[in-house]
Amino acid sequence: MIRITAWRRHPLARYAVLILALALVGMVYAAFVQAGKPADAALAAGKVDDVAEGKSLFVQHCSSCHGMNAEGTTTAPTLIGVGAAAVDFQMSTGRMPAGAPGPQAPRKPLAPWVNETTTRQIAAYVQSLGGGPQVPAAEHVDPKLGDAGKGGELFRANCIQCHNWAGAGGALTQGKYAPNLNSATPTQIYEAMITGPQAMPVFNDTTITPEEKRSMIAYITQVREQKDPGGFGLGRIGPVTEGLVAWIVGLSALALAAIWITAKKRQKS
Amino acid sequence: MSELKTVPQAITGPSNFLDERLGGANFLKRNLRKIFPDHWSFLLGEIALYSFVILLLTGTFLTFWYKPSMMEVAYDGSYAPLRGVMMSEAYASSLEISFDVRGGLLIRQMHHWAALLFVAGMMVHALRVFFTGAYRKPREINWIIGVLLLTLALAEGLTGYSLPDDLLSGAGLRITEGVAISLPLVGTYITFFLFGGEYPGHDVISRFYSLHILLIPGILLALISAHMVLMWVQKHTQMPGKGRTNQNVVGAPFYPAFMAKAGAYFLFTLGVIAGLGTFAQINPIWIFGPYTPADVSAGSQPDFYMGFLEGALRIMPPWEINLFGTAHAGTLPLSVIIPALVPMGIIMTGLALYPFLERWVTGDHREHHVADRPRNNPHRTSIGISAMTFYGVLWLLGANDEISAFFHISLNWTTYAGRVLIFLGPALAYLITYRMCLGLQRSDQAVISHGVESGVIKRLPHGEFIEVHTPPAEDIEAHMRGKQPVPMLPVAEDAAGIPPKGMRGPLGRLRARMSKAYGGEKIPLEDPHGHEEHAAIGHGGEEEQHAAVGSSDDDRSLTH
Repeated sequence: MIRITAWRRHPLARYAVLILALALVGMVYAAFVQAGKPADAALAAGKVDDVAEGKSLFVQHCSSCHGMNAEGTTTAPTLIGVGAAAVDFQMSTGRMPAGAPGPQAPRKPLAPWVNETTTRQIAAYVQSLGGGPQVPAAEHVDPKLGDAGKGGELFRANCIQCHNWAGAGGALTQGKYAPNLNSATPTQIYEAMITGPQAMPVFNDTTITPEEKRSMIAYITQVREQKDPGGFGLGRIGPVTEGLVAWIVGLSALALAAIWITAKKRQKS
Repeated sequence: MSELKTVPQAITGPSNFLDERLGGANFLKRNLRKIFPDHWSFLLGEIALYSFVILLLTGTFLTFWYKPSMMEVAYDGSYAPLRGVMMSEAYASSLEISFDVRGGLLIRQMHHWAALLFVAGMMVHALRVFFTGAYRKPREINWIIGVLLLTLALAEGLTGYSLPDDLLSGAGLRITEGVAISLPLVGTYITFFLFGGEYPGHDVISRFYSLHILLIPGILLALISAHMVLMWVQKHTQMPGKGRTNQNVVGAPFYPAFMAKAGAYFLFTLGVIAGLGTFAQINPIWIFGPYTPADVSAGSQPDFYMGFLEGALRIMPPWEINLFGTAHAGTLPLSVIIPALVPMGIIMTGLALYPFLERWVTGDHREHHVADRPRNNPHRTSIGISAMTFYGVLWLLGANDEISAFFHISLNWTTYAGRVLIFLGPALAYLITYRMCLGLQRSDQAVISHGVESGVIKRLPHGEFIEVHTPPAEDIEAHMRGKQPVPMLPVAEDAAGIPPKGMRGPLGRLRARMSKAYGGEKIPLEDPHGHEEHAAIGHGGEEEQHAAVGSSDDDRSLTH
């Protein structure tokens, strides 16, 4: 009992209480976030005609926003003419089916019924409605066939205004944002360029040829896989995190050192 | 072991030889015994000093390989993703330092981290000096040297940041050009002079190089020397405490105690900078790519010390005035001039003039060698915190895109919030700080007049509970009793209701009003209500006993 009283009066006690309280709040918050995740029912998909099967999946999962015949509603645009590439991009990144409405659909884990087969089927159905860009073939997106130096110049001229020099992403207006490019597969990067999802413009094959797209993919994948030669990368977002580190790590360490070397032993009275 | 009674011949011989020719003994005897007061915050300026030394050393290393040239070359170094790309020699040689020179990346990163700590160290040092009133007579000139040093450090940082000619620093250079060209009448001339023609031209890198490695560091070195010499001659201020007066300095002698501490602190600074340079990547120019005026990246930011200018630019509404209603007669781009000049002007001019403004308001012409505790001059502290809030809001808003992306807040709303906060924040900060200072003064008053709570509750025979208070520790009491009332001009009106001379015009009346508000004793240390019943305190160390419950007298004293 007496020892607890002594601890309570320890100079560090208030910090310990603060850290404890913060940890508690954090845990409660995390628990709520976990509980809030929607549980989707799984759906078994048989091996039948892709377009027909795609239509039935579409009616079940997409039509509430995009309309029974993909004609679009007030909440979501028409999908006639967007092509298979758009469907493949949106579904394989988890952006569709969309979760909560917001300025922009975020990348998220795939719904349980979404897999390569169901994505291909819905893509085939949407492609059958009015054409549009197709999912690129494997050799079009192979980073090994691209020229990273050339790709880097194109990347800097066309992409970094929104996606940042290292593909770390950035803010756009009214809550929209350019996502980071760390988890996008080469196919998804290619599809994003030809379909222009969300706030992104379309970079069609006359603006940037398929070979140039492949070079850009080569640059993006090389840079993001690169081990930072200078130590921790600090998010690769430049001077903001560097300034934070200079103050929080550098200056705090030096202030503590100053306190330490000027400290006097208090005389016991 | 026999004890040494005399100094050995091997030491006396050479030292006598030197002393008889150079006559340094008296000088050394006097200066090695120089007393330095001890407080951790007195070492903050040394962060800047030692960072500067490290900057000189690492910077010299970098000049061995850096080529200040804008000639176009094709890169063929060891960083694969840029091979074959056309770039300036400046950028190519910076890449060479980073990837092909042994230890080059470490030194480059240390140079950059040291630059950040140089400015950060200057800032915290200036804040310490400001909040303790250590700029007062006779140190006003040294304070102004400090403000010049800070301004020059910003220029030094800006020029150095631009030298690698990478895409990020190019964006900063472009903003510099925009600011220069926005100046009325002279803007175009200044820009063409600076860049040697149309932006970016071929001269700016070599010009910035001369400024960065020769002119500005030269001036910095001279001013730092003057700063140190003045500090040495005028002696360091000390915190109030036992036996410390305006006539003495209480502390440890320069040799050996302070020298050891200063030496250790240099090594600490070197260690922190080397540690950051080793473990934390800074300014990865190879990711940014070479500069071309056509490209600009999301998340382009200046280094932290320029962040407040960036923030001012970001929250400024897009105002501009077309003279005579047409763009042909000239445009006054307020959206650039105001954010570029006004915040910097407010902060730097305000810093430089503050000692003189304060002296004008308080009429205080005495010398001060004992520092104020920030709470004991509440208006000064509030002005300081208010200015920090102003700076801080701008600084924060300089990163509004990263805040928006990281915390998922609408970018537009960060701008709107910034436009309100830049006015509301400093005002709120002023009020809150002022009340906090008075509260802390009351807490001092309580400690001096009533003692410290011992944690012992006694019950008296008739049932009343009292809390036992003990006198404060001697050193703490001495520290608190160092408080001096803030001086005030003689503003009282005479019997006929006429204000004193010099306070009758509009400016004089304003001065009198400000002096009345700024000066004077707000909360006296000795509680005027507490004395009759608590006279025991401080007399013979008797335990003071006063009622913990029902002491309405104390409550009243807390409300005035």
